[in-house]
Amino acid sequence: MKRLAFILALIASPLFAVQPDEVLDDPALEARARELSTGLRCLVCRNENIDESNAPLARDLRLLVRTRLVAGDSDDQAVDFIVDRYGEYVLLQPRATGSTVMLWLAGPLMLLVAAGIALLYIRRRGQATPDADRLSDDEAARLRDILNE
Amino acid sequence: MITELGHFALILALVLACVQATVPLIGAQKRWTGWMAVGDTAAGLQFVMIAIAFAALTHAFVTSDFSLRLVTLNSHSAKPMLYKITGVWGNHEGSMLLWVLIVALFGACAAWFGGNLPPGLRARVLAVQGMIGIAFLAFIIFTSNPFLRLATPPLDGQDLNPLLQDPGLAFHPPFLYLGYVGLSMTFSFAIAALIEGRVDAAWGRWVRPYTLAAWIFLTIGIAMGSWWAYYELGWGGFWFWDPVENASFMPWLISAALLHSAIVVEKRESLKSWTILLAIIAFGFSMIGAFITRSGVLTSVHAFANDPERGMFLLGITALFMMGGLTLFAARAGSMQARGVFSLASRESMLVTNNVLLGVSAFVVFIGTIWPLVAELLFDRKLSVGAPFFDMAFTPFMIVLGAVLPIGAMMPWKRGQMRRVMRQLVPAMVLALAVLGLVWAIQSGRSMMGPVGLCLGTWLVVGAATDIWSRTGLRGDVVSRARRLLRLPRADWGKATAHAGLGVTIAGIAGLLAWEAEDIRVLKTGESFGLAGYTITLQDVRRSEGPNYVATIADMRLSKNGNTISVLQPEKRFYPVADMPTTEAAIDNGFFRDVYVVIGDPQNDGGWAVRTYYKPLANWIWGGAILMALGGALSLSDRRYRIAAGAHKTVVDGVPAE
Repeated sequence: MKRLAFILALIASPLFAVQPDEVLDDPALEARARELSTGLRCLVCRNENIDESNAPLARDLRLLVRTRLVAGDSDDQAVDFIVDRYGEYVLLQPRATGSTVMLWLAGPLMLLVAAGIALLYIRRRGQATPDADRLSDDEAARLRDILNE
Repeated sequence: MITELGHFALILALVLACVQATVPLIGAQKRWTGWMAVGDTAAGLQFVMIAIAFAALTHAFVTSDFSLRLVTLNSHSAKPMLYKITGVWGNHEGSMLLWVLIVALFGACAAWFGGNLPPGLRARVLAVQGMIGIAFLAFIIFTSNPFLRLATPPLDGQDLNPLLQDPGLAFHPPFLYLGYVGLSMTFSFAIAALIEGRVDAAWGRWVRPYTLAAWIFLTIGIAMGSWWAYYELGWGGFWFWDPVENASFMPWLISAALLHSAIVVEKRESLKSWTILLAIIAFGFSMIGAFITRSGVLTSVHAFANDPERGMFLLGITALFMMGGLTLFAARAGSMQARGVFSLASRESMLVTNNVLLGVSAFVVFIGTIWPLVAELLFDRKLSVGAPFFDMAFTPFMIVLGAVLPIGAMMPWKRGQMRRVMRQLVPAMVLALAVLGLVWAIQSGRSMMGPVGLCLGTWLVVGAATDIWSRTGLRGDVVSRARRLLRLPRADWGKATAHAGLGVTIAGIAGLLAWEAEDIRVLKTGESFGLAGYTITLQDVRRSEGPNYVATIADMRLSKNGNTISVLQPEKRFYPVADMPTTEAAIDNGFFRDVYVVIGDPQNDGGWAVRTYYKPLANWIWGGAILMALGGALSLSDRRYRIAAGAHKTVVDGVPAE
């Protein structure tokens, strides 16, 4: 329903998300930082990544990501660093470990099941005797009723 | 006084809904025509009563009657008139009132225009619609009453959330509700058919217009919401995979599946029980959407009413209708035998494939949306499922769907030959692959998303054109075939238009995501910079005052090769009553690209923070959605839904006396 109020609290403030003073001088490093930022959740916001969020915490996290990258961390190391401190809640794309494997497998498994059922159904329809022109028992009874009335 | 009349009318509507839910149902069972006819009257009256209540609430908003709690919380005397009116549904209670108004409207439509339905079926449909009315009217009256008064009215209101003070609020929620609630009609038809134990081609034909209408409204509603987010949020995002967006997207996917399976019921009398099941599930998703938005169990940007009591009530309604519907389904589904026989290569099989893909993709969205809840309750893990998951898990379904769609659309009923269909589609395939190669060569070395998306888009658009051209028959010269083209049923045109629209949307999304460019910098007045071949100059920044806000407006000149294209005026507004700032982006719209500028805060050195985006193919996303909705509308206006469906007109010709 309502996306109505949607946007609502989205971005409670129109300050920009990424501020000009945060941008790194090295474009390659900055691009990596942006990429990582879109996968990290702003913990105090409603459902935003830190790249889009205006919250002070999101800014701190953006700066932290950049600091780690400048210090020479790989992408994985930088993300691990943040997950260690803020928990896996910070990841917008949950890692496929433990029970979360089910989340990742749910779609493909459902597809297999659905495709299997569909194939069985189609094959059965292919072998069924064509009774399209015949009346069912109910219909035959109704027809008799009508004719007798 | 007017408010009390509205309140009274709302209670009266609940009483009428109770009558509508019981009397016609008994009448249909006992075949008492008088009792069945009560349904028509009750449905009409119920609509009138809710309309009176809605008008009374609107009156309170328009006249700024701050003795009403709802008006105080969501309005202000200085608010422009448009937003006083749209503010009626810009809040939980008012939007629920709009919801039941539409439930009653659909019920009344079945009563007024359902003359060609068998009286028994119509009575049962109206009875089920009445039950839905009871549930939601009771929800409003007992937990979310919009007509509560304040003992000591304040001098002025607290104003509507500034982000909602936008023309988007006038259209986006009403269209979405028409869609959600339209699915209540297909639910009612499904339940009525289960009670009767009879699903046939005629049923498929009666239920399809309602499904189509609901799907069209959902398409428009979602597209408008997405466009609104695009220009209002200040960075041009158009889809966030937010729980509430997903709540509207799942019914859209399911109703798209239902739309196609109802064709099989109508034309081939197969897939009957599956179609009934889809109709039940589709409305289930609508109600789950209501629950997600209004209960606060999932954190969403669309925070609405985070009230556990309301959440429980809505969950109860959802559980009641779903369990009732599914139990009835389990008891009766066996009695619906499929009739048609078809082979693996046939339109029927392809439509089954369509249903598998749409159904499973809706399931993926559903699992992703509720997984944080499941993980916390069952595994004690607090985690997030956001856009990266959905992008990865959902997109493959749409790619496969797009790839098989043109083939399925041209496959003949019952038994077809894959080779013949493919031969007709060779030009489309060649063109699509040419686009793939060309785009890939031009962009050199970036992600494959752009080339694949444009290839798929071309395949769908040219495939749709091939489809409609093939409908003119394979013989005859070009001129006579072109003439035949104009005489094709509107349903054929609708199908081609909607399928092409999907292609345009896919191309737009892929192009935007693949080639978007962004620039963030501090700019002083008079300075300029370049982005994607354009030059942008900050000419001036000034202050201005609106009716209920103050604004900082920038004049930014957009030019290319020295020629001015336009002067863009992004704004930063501050709403003192709500104590909230908003951004108003300025967009130069173009067929192939948007240039999107936002002005930010003043910097210490006298400059302004400025954000600029180059957004290629952005408008294709909504253009494609408009085409899809237009295709649906064309299909809806097809002749076969206007003539008395299923009922044979008794044409009495004079017989010459002999």
